Amino acid sequence: MKKNFLWVAILAALTLVLGACGFGGGDEKSEDSKSDGKTLNLSIASEPPSLHPQLATDTQSGSILNGVFEGLTRVDEKGEVENAIAEDVKVSDDKLTYTFTLRDDAKWSNGDQVTAGDFEYAWKWALEPKNASQYSYIFYAIKGAEAYNTGKGKADAVGVKAIDDKTLEVTLNNPTPYFLELTAFYSYMPINKKVAEKNDKWYADAGEDYVTNGPYTLKEWKHNDKVTLAKSDSYWDKDSVDVDTINIAMIESSATASRMFESGDLDFLGSPFQSVSLDKIDTYKKDKSLQISDIASVYLYKFNTKDDVMKNKNIRKALTLAINRQGLIDNVIKGEQKPANGIVPMSINGWDSQQTFFKDNDMKGAKEALAKGMKELGIKNASDINIKLSINTDEAHAAIAQYVQEGWHKNLGVNVTIDNSEWQVYLDKVDGGDFEVARMGWTADYNDSTSFLDLYTTADNGNNQTGWESKEYQSLMAKAQKETDVEKRLAFLQKAEAVFMADYPAAPIYDYTSLFVVKDGITGMEPDVLGNINLKDVKIAK
Amino acid sequence: MIKYIFKRLLYIVAALFVIVTLTFFLMRIAPGSPFASEKSLPPEIEAALQEEYGLNNPWYIQYKDYLVSTAQFDFGESMKYKGRSTNDMIAESFPISLTLGVEAMILAVGLGVLVGVITSLYHNRFPDYLGTTIAVLGISVPSFILAGLLQYFVGLKMQLLPISGWNGFIYSIMPAFAIAVTHMGFIAKLVRSSMLEQNSSEYVKMARAKGLGKWTTVFKHTLRNALLPVVTYLGPLFAGVITGSFIVEQIFAIPGLGKYFVTSITNRDYTVIMGTTVFYSIILLLAVLIVDIIYGLIDPRINLKGGKK
Repeated sequence: MKKNFLWVAILAALTLVLGACGFGGGDEKSEDSKSDGKTLNLSIASEPPSLHPQLATDTQSGSILNGVFEGLTRVDEKGEVENAIAEDVKVSDDKLTYTFTLRDDAKWSNGDQVTAGDFEYAWKWALEPKNASQYSYIFYAIKGAEAYNTGKGKADAVGVKAIDDKTLEVTLNNPTPYFLELTAFYSYMPINKKVAEKNDKWYADAGEDYVTNGPYTLKEWKHNDKVTLAKSDSYWDKDSVDVDTINIAMIESSATASRMFESGDLDFLGSPFQSVSLDKIDTYKKDKSLQISDIASVYLYKFNTKDDVMKNKNIRKALTLAINRQGLIDNVIKGEQKPANGIVPMSINGWDSQQTFFKDNDMKGAKEALAKGMKELGIKNASDINIKLSINTDEAHAAIAQYVQEGWHKNLGVNVTIDNSEWQVYLDKVDGGDFEVARMGWTADYNDSTSFLDLYTTADNGNNQTGWESKEYQSLMAKAQKETDVEKRLAFLQKAEAVFMADYPAAPIYDYTSLFVVKDGITGMEPDVLGNINLKDVKIAK
Repeated sequence: MIKYIFKRLLYIVAALFVIVTLTFFLMRIAPGSPFASEKSLPPEIEAALQEEYGLNNPWYIQYKDYLVSTAQFDFGESMKYKGRSTNDMIAESFPISLTLGVEAMILAVGLGVLVGVITSLYHNRFPDYLGTTIAVLGISVPSFILAGLLQYFVGLKMQLLPISGWNGFIYSIMPAFAIAVTHMGFIAKLVRSSMLEQNSSEYVKMARAKGLGKWTTVFKHTLRNALLPVVTYLGPLFAGVITGSFIVEQIFAIPGLGKYFVTSITNRDYTVIMGTTVFYSIILLLAVLIVDIIYGLIDPRINLKGGKK
């Protein structure tokens, strides 16, 4: 009897394996369909936290949303804004009122017409405080949006109105020259009001209720495994969509992704669709397959201006000058990044004409500034200065910090300790002002310098972190906000950055680049300056 | 027997209560929040988020809520993955980890017992040295190195098996092997040493003297006694293996449960932390209980009623 029991146990175990259907088989069909059409195989590093346009906050979700939804406008490969769901846009003379006329042939994937009401519904949904949309501040250019979002105003007072099914009127607080770029951003994409009102969890899974209006539909979403997009039949511009199926696998390890790219299982590597792993950069450089494009994102060291030592401008200046950025890029990070000279990346609209604020690796200037600063603080020896450089745990951040530490210690004689903590703990420390020098990165939400400059208008701004503020800076930013002339506005903003950089509350390190490799025959995968990839424009040569 | 199981189930409930309490306070002491990001949120939005998930309540209310939700096995919505319930996340990913785990268990136990028996029968001869070397290598090579090597050589260079993903049996071979090897080594060592002990005992000598063959003795007599320590090891091993391995799942991009144990903590996704911890605890505690019951079945010397009889 006992023998029988053993066999039963073994049999039960085997049935479990075969019967549990846990292998996810039955996918053979989708493998077959590969041969029918053009397929693009991509990967992302993790499950997208949310595929709701108004709830998403990361570039991975954003790039998928960009494929399945479409806003009033779209940004093409060259960074130019073109009309998308909007057929026509009229701007009033004071640049405060935008009137969008929607296309007749704009359809949802369930056959419904895309209406102005869908846009109004989506935008107000994002602003409704109860929905806690983390990107709601991107709507603050619209009149009454901030008041409604912070619970001080009413939904009816928000400056967005569907005049009829085809006409959407938007009133802004200030002339916002980049507003048509904002309307291309995923937070501004519409959602189908009828479906969303019926099922408030419509966005949790692919299926009948996940209704989209973009070039692709969300065919399948296997959580933690893969997302499949299929060319949409109801899209108004479907003739210019070349790819039939996009498979996006979720692969957390970049080493695994590299191997899959090498074996041909993936067609592209590069943010936001996984990334080129650090140890592969040299290999891809050698075989000339590595491509590099600029991205509006800056890596900087912020100083805590409330700290006993860091409150001194000259010390901050000395530390800023005594970083060999080019050396760091060539020897440590190796991604052809650009040494940063200000808090706004050079790739931002109009910023190629900005002046230079300091010389990279200027040891002479650094030493002079240090001597001056020490005198002001009454410090005799440079070795009496102990600086805590805070980073969050990460291989790349640690390598950069060590390089900078070595440079500061060797050239200025100051002592530097690196304080590394886990990401969440780190954010807590930096937000609480418990740091002297802290690493931070910032990526543009829209291609305009205010995406960077707005952080520093007040010391209270949660993203400022340096404790620095200035009346002059505030007045320049206020002037820029009201200015309707693009050139004059740019001048105000450039001057504001100069005011900031004269005080050195932050040491810019480098402007990010986007590194990517792509399989031969695939075009249109280049990310734009904001790091987004426009899946609509991808073409595969047969 | 029934009384014994009932008593043990009561202990399990008590243990769960302690686990939930400890988890709750530990995760609350850790700095950070599920909504933290590089871009700071407007305070009003943060307040709305806190309210949505009940994080603005005093700690004792939150603690009570957690206890109630745990008792109902409804852990609520994930704070990181919008619109997804913790229960769904576990329900979707657990079968995958279970499949992979059972496959790895079969490999580990099958190969482990085989290697253990062979090494003990050929004590201090070539098969013993070979088997012991394999077992020691299996124990000392970490699964992530083995996984990486397998992926590179078998997957990429030889193109024999798919590099990563989860689309059918063939995708599970490398990950199951990577998980199994360490455990296989342990089991082989355990079987070998207890077999050696049994081999010199009277009943084995008796059986051999009666003229029974070497292998017949092993299967009829020795193995049953020698497997007792292995069964002890199997309980926690089973619980650990079927709930997935973070490293192996990460390397082979398997949509299993293992990654949630780690990512939920880095995300401070409180509901998922609680859900996965309770789920794992239940499986572990039940596995240990089942092992104790199996003990009584395969070894009549052990009496589950305790010394009362």
